[in-house]
Amino acid sequence: MHEYPITEQIIKIAVKHAEDAGASRVKSIKLVVGDYSGFVGDSIQMYFDIISEGTKCEGAVVKIQHVKPKIKCTSCGELFERELLSFDCPKCGGQGEPTDIGKEFYIESIEVEE
Amino acid sequence: MHDVKKINVMENIHDENDHIASHVNEDMTENGIFVMNVMGAPGVGKTTTLKNIIKNLEGLKPYVIEGDIESDIDTKDLRNLGITTFQINTFGACHLDAPLIHNSVQNIMFDEKGVLFIENIGNLVCPAEFSIGEHVKMLISTVTEGSDKPYKYPLAFENADIIIINKVDLIPYLDFDEDFFMKGVRALNKDVPVFKVSGKTGEGFKEVAAWIKEKAENIKATHHHHEHDHSHDGYEHSHAHHDHNHTHTHE
Repeated sequence: MHEYPITEQIIKIAVKHAEDAGASRVKSIKLVVGDYSGFVGDSIQMYFDIISEGTKCEGAVVKIQHVKPKIKCTSCGELFERELLSFDCPKCGGQGEPTDIGKEFYIESIEVEE
Repeated sequence: MHDVKKINVMENIHDENDHIASHVNEDMTENGIFVMNVMGAPGVGKTTTLKNIIKNLEGLKPYVIEGDIESDIDTKDLRNLGITTFQINTFGACHLDAPLIHNSVQNIMFDEKGVLFIENIGNLVCPAEFSIGEHVKMLISTVTEGSDKPYKYPLAFENADIIIINKVDLIPYLDFDEDFFMKGVRALNKDVPVFKVSGKTGEGFKEVAAWIKEKAENIKATHHHHEHDHSHDGYEHSHAHHDHNHTHTHE
Protein backbone atom coordinates (compact mmCIF):
# COMPACT_ATOMS: atom_id res chain seq x y z
CA MET A 1 0.00 0.00 0.00
CA HIS A 2 2.93 2.36 0.38
CA GLU A 3 4.29 1.90 -3.10
CA TYR A 4 3.65 5.51 -4.09
CA PRO A 5 6.03 7.28 -1.69
CA ILE A 6 8.55 4.48 -2.05
CA THR A 7 8.49 4.80 -5.83
CA GLU A 8 9.07 8.55 -5.50
CA GLN A 9 12.11 7.76 -3.37
CA ILE A 10 13.43 5.27 -5.93
CA ILE A 11 13.13 7.85 -8.69
CA LYS A 12 14.84 10.48 -6.55
CA ILE A 13 17.82 8.22 -5.87
CA ALA A 14 18.09 7.10 -9.51
CA VAL A 15 17.90 10.68 -10.83
CA LYS A 16 20.57 11.80 -8.39
CA HIS A 17 22.96 9.07 -9.51
CA ALA A 18 22.21 9.72 -13.17
CA GLU A 19 22.91 13.44 -12.73
CA ASP A 20 26.12 12.76 -10.84
CA ALA A 21 27.23 10.68 -13.82
CA GLY A 22 26.17 13.37 -16.30
CA ALA A 23 23.77 10.94 -17.98
CA SER A 24 20.89 12.09 -20.15
CA ARG A 25 18.42 9.45 -19.06
CA VAL A 26 17.94 6.33 -16.99
CA LYS A 27 17.20 3.20 -19.01
CA SER A 28 16.71 0.70 -16.22
CA ILE A 29 16.79 0.40 -12.46
CA LYS A 30 17.69 -2.79 -10.64
CA LEU A 31 16.09 -3.20 -7.23
CA VAL A 32 16.84 -5.88 -4.67
CA VAL A 33 13.71 -6.52 -2.65
CA GLY A 34 13.41 -8.96 0.23
CA ASP A 35 9.96 -10.45 0.67
CA TYR A 36 9.86 -9.05 4.22
CA SER A 37 10.17 -5.52 2.92
CA GLY A 38 6.39 -5.51 2.46
CA PHE A 39 6.88 -3.97 -0.93
CA VAL A 40 4.52 -5.24 -3.61
CA GLY A 41 6.71 -5.32 -6.67
CA ASP A 42 3.95 -5.96 -9.14
CA SER A 43 2.48 -2.52 -8.88
CA ILE A 44 5.72 -0.61 -9.01
CA GLN A 45 6.10 -0.26 -12.77
CA MET A 46 2.63 1.28 -12.94
CA TYR A 47 3.42 3.86 -10.26
CA PHE A 48 6.82 4.35 -11.72
CA ASP A 49 5.54 5.20 -15.20
CA ILE A 50 3.25 7.86 -13.76
CA ILE A 51 5.61 9.41 -11.23
CA SER A 52 8.66 9.40 -13.47
CA GLU A 53 6.99 11.46 -16.20
CA GLY A 54 9.13 14.45 -17.01
CA THR A 55 12.16 13.16 -15.09
CA LYS A 56 15.33 11.46 -16.31
CA CYS A 57 13.65 8.19 -15.32
CA GLU A 58 10.77 8.51 -17.75
CA GLY A 59 10.44 5.31 -19.78
CA ALA A 60 12.89 3.36 -17.64
CA VAL A 61 12.31 -0.31 -16.88
CA VAL A 62 12.28 -1.42 -13.26
CA LYS A 63 13.85 -4.84 -12.70
CA ILE A 64 13.27 -6.48 -9.37
CA GLN A 65 15.37 -9.22 -7.84
CA HIS A 66 13.28 -10.83 -5.11
CA VAL A 67 14.91 -12.39 -2.07
CA LYS A 68 13.16 -15.07 -0.03
CA PRO A 69 13.55 -14.63 3.73
CA LYS A 70 15.79 -17.14 5.47
CA ILE A 71 16.23 -17.85 9.12
CA LYS A 72 19.17 -19.52 10.81
CA CYS A 73 19.12 -22.51 13.14
CA THR A 74 20.54 -21.67 16.55
CA SER A 75 21.63 -25.31 17.00
CA CYS A 76 23.21 -26.38 13.72
CA GLY A 77 23.60 -23.09 11.87
CA GLU A 78 21.54 -24.16 8.86
CA LEU A 79 20.04 -21.30 6.85
CA PHE A 80 16.53 -22.17 5.75
CA GLU A 81 13.22 -20.87 4.46
CA ARG A 82 10.73 -21.48 7.20
CA GLU A 83 7.41 -23.28 6.98
CA LEU A 84 4.32 -21.28 7.76
CA LEU A 85 3.54 -21.42 11.51
CA SER A 86 6.99 -22.72 12.44
CA PHE A 87 10.51 -21.45 13.08
CA ASP A 88 11.95 -24.95 13.52
CA CYS A 89 14.97 -26.14 11.56
CA PRO A 90 14.05 -28.75 8.91
CA LYS A 91 17.46 -30.43 9.39
CA CYS A 92 17.82 -30.83 13.16
CA GLY A 93 14.57 -29.52 14.65
CA GLY A 94 16.41 -26.70 16.46
CA GLN A 95 14.98 -23.23 16.73
CA GLY A 96 15.57 -20.74 13.95
CA GLU A 97 16.35 -17.09 14.53
CA PRO A 98 15.90 -14.11 12.22
CA THR A 99 18.56 -12.99 9.79
CA ASP A 100 18.78 -10.03 7.43
CA ILE A 101 18.12 -12.25 4.42
CA GLY A 102 14.75 -11.24 3.04
CA LYS A 103 14.81 -7.68 4.38
CA GLU A 104 16.81 -6.18 1.53
CA PHE A 105 15.43 -3.05 0.00
CA TYR A 106 17.89 -1.16 -2.10
CA ILE A 107 18.78 0.02 -5.57
CA GLU A 108 21.64 -2.11 -6.74
CA SER A 109 22.41 -0.34 -9.99
CA ILE A 110 21.02 1.72 -12.81
CA GLU A 111 21.71 1.73 -16.52
CA VAL A 112 21.98 5.15 -18.06
CA GLU A 113 22.47 6.70 -21.46
CA GLU A 114 25.34 9.12 -21.77
CA MET B 1 22.79 4.84 -30.79
CA HIS B 2 23.48 6.10 -27.31
CA ASP B 3 26.05 4.48 -25.11
CA VAL B 4 24.55 2.65 -22.19
CA LYS B 5 26.51 2.65 -18.97
CA LYS B 6 25.87 0.77 -15.74
CA ILE B 7 26.21 2.66 -12.46
CA ASN B 8 26.43 0.87 -9.13
CA VAL B 9 24.10 2.54 -6.67
CA MET B 10 23.77 0.29 -3.59
CA GLU B 11 21.59 2.76 -1.80
CA ASN B 12 18.92 1.73 0.66
CA ILE B 13 15.53 3.12 -0.26
CA HIS B 14 14.69 3.77 3.39
CA ASP B 15 17.86 5.80 3.99
CA GLU B 16 16.22 9.18 3.82
CA ASN B 17 13.37 8.12 6.10
CA ASP B 18 15.85 6.67 8.59
CA HIS B 19 17.97 9.78 8.46
CA ILE B 20 15.01 12.00 9.30
CA ALA B 21 13.99 9.54 12.02
CA SER B 22 17.42 9.96 13.59
CA HIS B 23 16.97 13.72 13.63
CA VAL B 24 13.57 13.44 15.28
CA ASN B 25 15.02 11.05 17.82
CA GLU B 26 17.93 13.36 18.65
CA ASP B 27 15.65 16.39 19.04
CA MET B 28 13.25 14.51 21.27
CA THR B 29 16.07 13.09 23.37
CA GLU B 30 17.46 16.60 23.91
CA ASN B 31 14.03 17.71 25.10
CA GLY B 32 13.82 14.79 27.51
CA ILE B 33 11.00 13.20 25.55
CA PHE B 34 10.95 9.41 25.35
CA VAL B 35 9.26 8.38 22.11
CA MET B 36 7.24 5.19 21.74
CA ASN B 37 6.00 3.89 18.39
CA VAL B 38 2.78 2.09 19.26
CA MET B 39 1.78 -0.60 16.79
CA GLY B 40 -0.97 -3.18 16.54
CA ALA B 41 -3.76 -4.45 14.32
CA PRO B 42 -7.09 -2.58 14.24
CA GLY B 43 -9.11 -3.24 17.39
CA VAL B 44 -6.34 -4.47 19.68
CA GLY B 45 -7.02 -1.57 22.02
CA LYS B 46 -4.17 0.79 21.18
CA THR B 47 -5.91 3.90 22.49
CA THR B 48 -7.33 2.08 25.54
CA THR B 49 -3.86 0.76 26.31
CA LEU B 50 -2.40 4.27 26.09
CA LYS B 51 -5.05 5.62 28.42
CA ASN B 52 -4.33 2.89 30.96
CA ILE B 53 -0.57 3.37 30.74
CA ILE B 54 -0.90 7.14 31.11
CA LYS B 55 -3.00 6.69 34.26
CA ASN B 56 -0.06 4.88 35.82
CA LEU B 57 2.64 7.21 34.55
CA GLU B 58 2.97 9.60 37.51
CA GLY B 59 5.79 12.08 37.21
CA LEU B 60 6.06 11.96 33.43
CA LYS B 61 3.95 14.13 31.16
CA PRO B 62 2.21 12.18 28.39
CA TYR B 63 2.01 13.47 24.83
CA VAL B 64 0.17 11.59 22.08
CA ILE B 65 0.26 11.67 18.29
CA GLU B 66 -2.73 9.77 16.92
CA GLY B 67 -2.25 8.29 13.49
CA ASP B 68 -5.48 7.38 11.78
CA ILE B 69 -6.44 6.81 8.20
CA GLU B 70 -9.44 9.06 8.84
CA SER B 71 -11.36 10.44 11.81
CA ASP B 72 -10.31 11.97 15.12
CA ILE B 73 -12.49 9.99 17.51
CA ASP B 74 -9.50 8.72 19.51
CA THR B 75 -7.98 12.20 19.67
CA LYS B 76 -11.18 13.71 21.09
CA ASP B 77 -11.31 10.90 23.61
CA LEU B 78 -7.75 11.58 24.78
CA ARG B 79 -8.18 15.37 24.82
CA ASN B 80 -11.23 14.95 27.02
CA LEU B 81 -8.88 13.39 29.55
CA GLY B 82 -6.62 16.43 29.35
CA ILE B 83 -3.89 14.67 27.36
CA THR B 84 -1.97 16.76 24.82
CA THR B 85 -2.86 15.02 21.58
CA PHE B 86 -2.00 15.80 17.97
CA GLN B 87 -3.96 14.20 15.15
CA ILE B 88 -2.48 12.92 11.91
CA ASN B 89 -4.80 11.64 9.19
CA THR B 90 -2.99 9.74 6.47
CA PHE B 91 -6.06 9.46 4.20
CA GLY B 92 -5.31 5.98 2.99
CA ALA B 93 -1.63 5.57 3.76
CA CYS B 94 -0.93 2.42 5.73
CA HIS B 95 1.79 3.66 8.08
CA LEU B 96 3.35 6.77 9.57
CA ASP B 97 6.78 7.78 8.34
CA ALA B 98 9.55 9.95 9.69
CA PRO B 99 8.84 13.09 7.61
CA LEU B 100 5.23 13.08 8.87
CA ILE B 101 6.37 12.84 12.47
CA HIS B 102 9.11 15.40 11.90
CA ASN B 103 6.41 17.89 10.85
CA SER B 104 3.96 16.86 13.56
CA VAL B 105 6.32 17.34 16.49
CA GLN B 106 6.74 21.00 15.45
CA ASN B 107 3.09 21.47 16.44
CA ILE B 108 3.45 20.16 19.96
CA MET B 109 4.67 22.20 22.92
CA PHE B 110 7.01 19.94 24.82
CA ASP B 111 7.03 22.05 27.96
CA GLU B 112 7.94 19.23 30.33
CA LYS B 113 9.93 16.03 30.21
CA GLY B 114 7.77 13.06 29.42
CA VAL B 115 6.72 10.35 27.03
CA LEU B 116 5.47 10.85 23.47
CA PHE B 117 3.25 7.97 22.40
CA ILE B 118 2.82 7.80 18.65
CA GLU B 119 -0.14 5.60 17.83
CA ASN B 120 0.60 4.16 14.42
CA ILE B 121 -1.95 3.07 11.84
CA GLY B 122 -3.71 -0.21 12.74
CA ASN B 123 -1.73 -2.59 10.59
CA LEU B 124 0.87 -5.24 11.40
CA VAL B 125 2.85 -5.06 8.18
CA CYS B 126 3.91 -1.61 7.01
CA PRO B 127 4.45 0.24 10.33
CA ALA B 128 7.07 -2.32 11.34
CA GLU B 129 9.31 -1.24 8.47
CA PHE B 130 9.43 2.48 9.03
CA SER B 131 11.36 4.19 11.79
CA ILE B 132 9.62 7.35 12.91
CA GLY B 133 12.15 8.59 15.45
CA GLU B 134 11.09 6.32 18.29
CA HIS B 135 13.23 5.14 21.17
CA VAL B 136 11.20 1.94 21.37
CA LYS B 137 8.57 0.12 19.38
CA MET B 138 5.66 -1.17 21.44
CA LEU B 139 3.63 -3.92 19.83
CA ILE B 140 0.14 -4.59 21.14
CA SER B 141 -1.27 -8.02 20.45
CA THR B 142 -4.36 -9.64 21.92
CA VAL B 143 -5.55 -13.07 22.94
CA THR B 144 -8.53 -12.61 20.62
CA GLU B 145 -6.35 -12.37 17.52
CA GLY B 146 -5.14 -15.92 17.94
CA SER B 147 -1.79 -17.37 18.89
CA ASP B 148 -0.39 -17.59 15.35
CA LYS B 149 0.33 -13.87 14.97
CA PRO B 150 4.12 -14.04 15.54
CA TYR B 151 4.27 -16.65 12.78
CA LYS B 152 2.20 -14.60 10.37
CA TYR B 153 3.67 -11.15 11.05
CA PRO B 154 7.23 -11.97 12.09
CA LEU B 155 8.74 -8.56 11.39
CA ALA B 156 6.42 -6.75 13.79
CA PHE B 157 7.37 -9.15 16.59
CA GLU B 158 11.05 -9.21 15.69
CA ASN B 159 11.34 -5.42 15.78
CA ALA B 160 9.34 -4.87 18.97
CA ASP B 161 11.12 -3.61 22.08
CA ILE B 162 8.13 -4.34 24.30
CA ILE B 163 5.12 -6.56 23.63
CA ILE B 164 1.74 -6.15 25.28
CA ILE B 165 -0.82 -8.96 25.25
CA ASN B 166 -4.17 -7.27 25.79
CA LYS B 167 -7.63 -8.62 26.67
CA VAL B 168 -6.28 -11.39 28.93
CA ASP B 169 -9.56 -11.26 30.87
CA LEU B 170 -11.05 -13.13 27.87
CA ILE B 171 -8.68 -16.11 28.09
CA PRO B 172 -11.29 -18.39 29.75
CA TYR B 173 -13.55 -17.97 26.72
CA LEU B 174 -10.93 -18.53 24.04
CA ASP B 175 -8.54 -21.16 22.73
CA PHE B 176 -5.51 -18.91 22.92
CA ASP B 177 -2.42 -21.15 22.93
CA GLU B 178 0.00 -19.08 24.96
CA ASP B 179 2.87 -21.58 24.67
CA PHE B 180 2.67 -21.56 20.89
CA PHE B 181 2.42 -17.77 20.85
CA MET B 182 5.43 -17.36 23.14
CA LYS B 183 7.46 -19.95 21.22
CA GLY B 184 7.05 -17.77 18.15
CA VAL B 185 7.83 -14.57 20.05
CA ARG B 186 11.01 -16.05 21.55
CA ALA B 187 12.23 -17.42 18.22
CA LEU B 188 11.98 -13.92 16.78
CA ASN B 189 12.94 -11.83 19.75
CA LYS B 190 14.79 -13.62 22.56
CA ASP B 191 14.75 -10.97 25.26
CA VAL B 192 11.77 -8.75 24.55
CA PRO B 193 9.68 -8.06 27.67
CA VAL B 194 6.10 -9.32 27.34
CA PHE B 195 3.35 -7.92 29.54
CA LYS B 196 -0.15 -9.34 29.91
CA VAL B 197 -2.81 -6.70 30.44
CA SER B 198 -6.53 -6.17 30.37
CA GLY B 199 -8.01 -2.88 29.26
CA LYS B 200 -11.24 -4.08 30.84
CA THR B 201 -9.98 -4.81 34.36
CA GLY B 202 -6.92 -2.53 34.29
CA GLU B 203 -4.57 -5.33 35.35
CA GLY B 204 -0.97 -5.32 34.22
CA PHE B 205 -0.61 -1.65 33.31
CA LYS B 206 1.33 -0.67 36.45
CA GLU B 207 4.09 -3.01 35.36
CA VAL B 208 4.09 -1.63 31.80
CA ALA B 209 4.22 1.95 33.09
CA ALA B 210 7.10 1.05 35.42
CA TRP B 211 9.05 -0.39 32.47
CA ILE B 212 8.44 2.77 30.44
CA LYS B 213 9.41 5.05 33.35
CA GLU B 214 12.65 3.20 33.86
CA LYS B 215 13.51 3.58 30.16
CA ALA B 216 12.35 7.19 29.97
CA GLU B 217 14.49 8.17 32.93
CA ASN B 218 17.58 6.72 31.25
CA ILE B 219 16.77 8.18 27.86
CA LYS B 220 19.45 7.84 25.20
CA ALA B 221 19.31 8.71 21.51
CA THR B 222 18.72 5.71 19.30
CA HIS B 223 20.63 5.21 16.13
CA HIS B 224 18.27 4.35 13.37
CA HIS B 225 20.90 4.22 10.71
CA HIS B 226 20.72 0.48 10.50
CA GLU B 227 17.61 -1.25 11.70
CA HIS B 228 18.86 -4.78 11.36
CA ASP B 229 22.20 -4.69 13.02
CA HIS B 230 22.19 -8.19 14.45
CA SER B 231 25.65 -9.50 14.01
CA HIS B 232 25.14 -12.98 12.67
CA ASP B 233 28.26 -14.67 11.57
CA GLY B 234 28.59 -17.40 9.03
CA TYR B 235 27.08 -15.60 6.08
CA GLU B 236 27.35 -12.38 4.27
CA HIS B 237 24.33 -10.22 4.60
CA SER B 238 23.55 -8.16 1.61
CA HIS B 239 22.11 -5.02 3.15
CA ALA B 240 22.99 -1.94 1.25
CA HIS B 241 24.85 0.51 3.38
CA HIS B 242 24.56 4.20 3.34
CA ASP B 243 26.10 6.73 1.20
CA HIS B 244 26.48 9.58 3.62
CA ASN B 245 27.70 12.00 1.03
CA HIS B 246 24.25 12.99 -0.03
CA THR B 247 22.75 16.16 1.29
CA HIS B 248 19.42 16.24 3.01
CA THR B 249 16.77 18.72 2.26
CA HIS B 250 13.96 17.82 4.56
CA GLU B 251 13.91 21.03 6.54
